[in-house]
Amino acid sequence: MVKYSREPDNPTKWSYLSMLQNLEQKKSFLISRKKYPKLIAAGMSNFFSKAEVTSSGRPVLLHNEVECHLLSAVDLEPEDHRHFSLLKSGLLILTTHRLIWLLSSSASTPTSASAIPLAAISHIFSSKKSLKSVFHSPRIRFQVLVSSDGRVFDPSSGSGSSSGSGSRSVVVTAVIRGKGDCDGFLVKFWDSWRARVWETTKISSSGSGSASGSGVATGIGGGLYSSDGSVRMVGVAGILRKEQEMWESTDKSLQDAFQDLNALMSKAKEMVMLAEKMRQKLLSGTSSQTSGTNDEDMGSKEEMQDWLLSVGIISPVTKESAGALYHQQLSRQLADFVRIPLERAGGMINLIDAYCLFNRARGTELISPDDMLQACSLWEKFDVPVMLRKFDSGVMVIQNKSHSDEEVFARIKSLVTKPEALRTGISPTDAAMTLGIAPAMAKEHLLTAESKGLLCRDISPDGFRFYINLFPEIDPCNMYFVKDYGICSTWIKAVSTTALRSEANEEEEAGILSPSSSFISHDNMTWHFVRGHVLGRRGMRFRQIVADWFVQAC
Amino acid sequence: MQKLGDFKLPHFFNYPPYFTLQPVRETSEKQIQLWKELILDYCRIQKIFVIRLEEEFPLFSNSVVERTLSHEAREAFLSALVAEGRAEWLDKGRRNCLILWHRIQEWADIIVNFVKDNGFEDSVMTVEEIRSGIESRGTELQGIDRTILVRALKLLEHKGKLAIFKGTSTDDEGVKFSV
Repeated sequence: MVKYSREPDNPTKWSYLSMLQNLEQKKSFLISRKKYPKLIAAGMSNFFSKAEVTSSGRPVLLHNEVECHLLSAVDLEPEDHRHFSLLKSGLLILTTHRLIWLLSSSASTPTSASAIPLAAISHIFSSKKSLKSVFHSPRIRFQVLVSSDGRVFDPSSGSGSSSGSGSRSVVVTAVIRGKGDCDGFLVKFWDSWRARVWETTKISSSGSGSASGSGVATGIGGGLYSSDGSVRMVGVAGILRKEQEMWESTDKSLQDAFQDLNALMSKAKEMVMLAEKMRQKLLSGTSSQTSGTNDEDMGSKEEMQDWLLSVGIISPVTKESAGALYHQQLSRQLADFVRIPLERAGGMINLIDAYCLFNRARGTELISPDDMLQACSLWEKFDVPVMLRKFDSGVMVIQNKSHSDEEVFARIKSLVTKPEALRTGISPTDAAMTLGIAPAMAKEHLLTAESKGLLCRDISPDGFRFYINLFPEIDPCNMYFVKDYGICSTWIKAVSTTALRSEANEEEEAGILSPSSSFISHDNMTWHFVRGHVLGRRGMRFRQIVADWFVQAC
Repeated sequence: MQKLGDFKLPHFFNYPPYFTLQPVRETSEKQIQLWKELILDYCRIQKIFVIRLEEEFPLFSNSVVERTLSHEAREAFLSALVAEGRAEWLDKGRRNCLILWHRIQEWADIIVNFVKDNGFEDSVMTVEEIRSGIESRGTELQGIDRTILVRALKLLEHKGKLAIFKGTSTDDEGVKFSV
């Protein structure tokens, strides 16, 4: 007989379990249940469409796809296990084209996701309000078409006609265990499913060029009523009617708003008290360090925090908490977005620049600087390839985790030991051109190199320049000594070539023989030697010349 | 080698960062040390006893690299000398600095040796004579700063090696040695 367990919302599990005849089967079944990630992987590859995920754990959206709603801690259950196994505790994202499910935990970044195209959904069941539904988690049930190979029917795969090939269908239940707006999600689900945005994009991409099909009431032909039954705005009467309608809708929305407000005002005191109680509970919960915190406690605490946040109260637990869901998602989105500007800027970008770019890209729904800062500081907890860094001067930058300071210093060192740089030093602009980054970033690098003892600064009317640091090589007890192969001697050589050149110029002007003239006499002497040797009698003269030359050389 | 008068300058005198006060601690410590040695050497050779910060001091600027020490930097280096005991501020506003390339004790020893060498053990001299007399020509005492000399003499008086008294003219003092 099938026995109903303590979990009335999971009858399939227990019935199957009780059906298993022997103990061994039961044991192995229970053990395999614990390995659900593997099953999930198996389930995902067999049944769902694959959805791509970025390196920061956000789903890659298709062309024209827009996110509509997001729910956390959602389980996806099939009506039977033939199609796929239970997917537990993930993030359910509703978009205009698909339903995407991501296995999510706050620690790790998901690498893959599964998706159900909205086109494959044949029916959405309305939620029945029964006594049972009051006690357990809200559910959303919908019917998904299944193609012949056991996978979700994928309209973009192009196999078969639009609706006929999916002969079988399976009912999927999304159990929402997190504290999200289930009714709102359901409404948006209906809207997105009915809007059929994926079809209109197909139509428009096939070259018709007109805007989305329904809803534009430019009727051809006369009459006050257009083809789809709405009243048309024509002439002065139309304008007046339009104004009237606008006024009426404003009035109605105002009334609604004030109704809510009145209700809120009457409940305000109770709400505040409730919120205070919640806050106290949370604070006391985190301050008492129980050694064996089990998952349920943590789950309910997170739920409470999310609930508080949705009511509008900032979570009292600040740094210890994993942060609200909004900030987590924002943080991942930011990590994705900032990848391309980082590459363009050479691996390091000012936080302020990133903030401007991000907000500009968002268009509407701008974020505040605080949100940005919080999102960046959450990166420490996730496994994303970017990090926030604060320099000594207070400048904050976003840089790649793979960025290495040592490499930058090596490049700076090679730049600053060039002869030209040894003589006149380098400015932040020169460094910027060589390193391929913004001058402000280059200055930060130079300052960091200075603090490491690699460079020295030189402030003068010419500006702010940096030289290679010679001080470590100079010995105060022996100031005039210069090591042969150190950087000091290189520097002296580089500096003195200009000095020598200028000295030689001065000597020529003064009429003193320059060094080159002595070489001429040397060549002369060689010639005389050869000649004298050959001519014999002139050897005497040759010896005289040699003697003269030696005197001159000394 | 570059020269400033008769004084031979070290090679790093032409290194522009040498004239900028370095912020990094390690580098600035080295820099201060080098400047201290340089100042003391220069003053010893050129027999300079007082440095006035407001005025031009040839050591503090380099025309070849076109750099000059800022007021802040000069004060920093001289304060380091004062902290070491090789210099003293003459006024509270830190505008004039007395350089002791010999410490007062060393000057006192020099005076004692001078007295012994010239056989002045029991005689009397004026302070001015010690400074610019015939006997002191060629010694280190020649042209010594009056303040330093008086200090050294006072130290010796404290030890009982001499006695200072007011001379016949109002502006000079006499010293009786009893070394």
